[in-house]
Amino acid sequence: MSTSTTLEEPKTGTWDGGNEPLKASYGKLMMWFFLLSDAFTFGAFLIVYGLSRHSHLPYTGRPEDFQFSTEWWPIPEKVFNAFPGFHGVDLPLAFVALMTMILILSSVTMVLAVEAGHRMDKNDVQKWLLWTILFGGTFLGCQAWEWTHFITGTDEGMLLADGTRVFGANMTMNQYGPPLFANLFFFITGFHGFHVTIGWVLLVIAFISTVNGVYHKRGHYEMVEKIGLYWHFVDLVWVFVFTFFYLI
Amino acid sequence: MAAHSDHSNDFHQTGEIPKAQTKVIWKTFFILVALTAVEFLFAFTMDAGTLRNAIFIVLTIFKAFYIVAEFMHLKHETKALIWSIIIPLALIMWLMVALISEGSYYFDSITNYFN
Repeated sequence: MSTSTTLEEPKTGTWDGGNEPLKASYGKLMMWFFLLSDAFTFGAFLIVYGLSRHSHLPYTGRPEDFQFSTEWWPIPEKVFNAFPGFHGVDLPLAFVALMTMILILSSVTMVLAVEAGHRMDKNDVQKWLLWTILFGGTFLGCQAWEWTHFITGTDEGMLLADGTRVFGANMTMNQYGPPLFANLFFFITGFHGFHVTIGWVLLVIAFISTVNGVYHKRGHYEMVEKIGLYWHFVDLVWVFVFTFFYLI
Repeated sequence: MAAHSDHSNDFHQTGEIPKAQTKVIWKTFFILVALTAVEFLFAFTMDAGTLRNAIFIVLTIFKAFYIVAEFMHLKHETKALIWSIIIPLALIMWLMVALISEGSYYFDSITNYFN
């Protein structure tokens, strides 16, 4: 019986090694998988929101007669209807619309910075990063105002059965509805705002590095691209928070 | 050596910088703005209900698609990367549906317990 062996053909398939099956750099892949895990965290928050909302009494009367009460879950349009400089005017969702626009705009300037990085255009990267920093900072300022208003409350507050009134919100009581409503507002928008803050700091670092020519010397602007991925993800989360917390 | 003689941070661009290709980016931006505007239109002209919520969720998924596909460039990545991101997120949607119906059941149980 012959014992001669033949050399096996080297394997050259996609997953046999020696190449990049996903055709993306290590850093970008890790950013993608981090964002996936972050999506689970935000997903969990929004799922808890849905669960809590469905296990509370909904408001069933006419929307015009709506009153704040701990009995039922509030209508978001009746809670988020304030705008800086228009005290006492009922402007439902106007301020949150502005915030959404600002964040989408910052996403666009971010992707323009990434595009400029592909062309190795240092001046354009600087310009668009600076716009993104400006819009991101404005969004954070808006959120600070929104929180302040939510915590301080309205002039009327909520009338309790014993005749006293509750104003604003804290972790145990709020004038808008069941305690969970304010808790989830603080946790969901707070965790999102925390992400925006981190992204903003990363953007400032990237801007300084761009001005100093760090990326130009390196030969690519991949760092801007990775921060861009993170920044778009933050915008994406806001799209969902906006729908589930403010619209529905 | 004078402190200001270090010119390693100065660059002379070699070759022409290509022209910016921003058409798709601005198109995506206008789609996102339009979808948000439509959401507000529905928020102010339609009474709250299951149908309105369904419209909001569909529009949100469209917005998410444009952000992930174009801004995050996922549409232009390899199939394997696209699926490794999409499939886990699809499972999260399943959990969301499951737990929201769980919430309704819980509400039903406690309100009808003594009836």
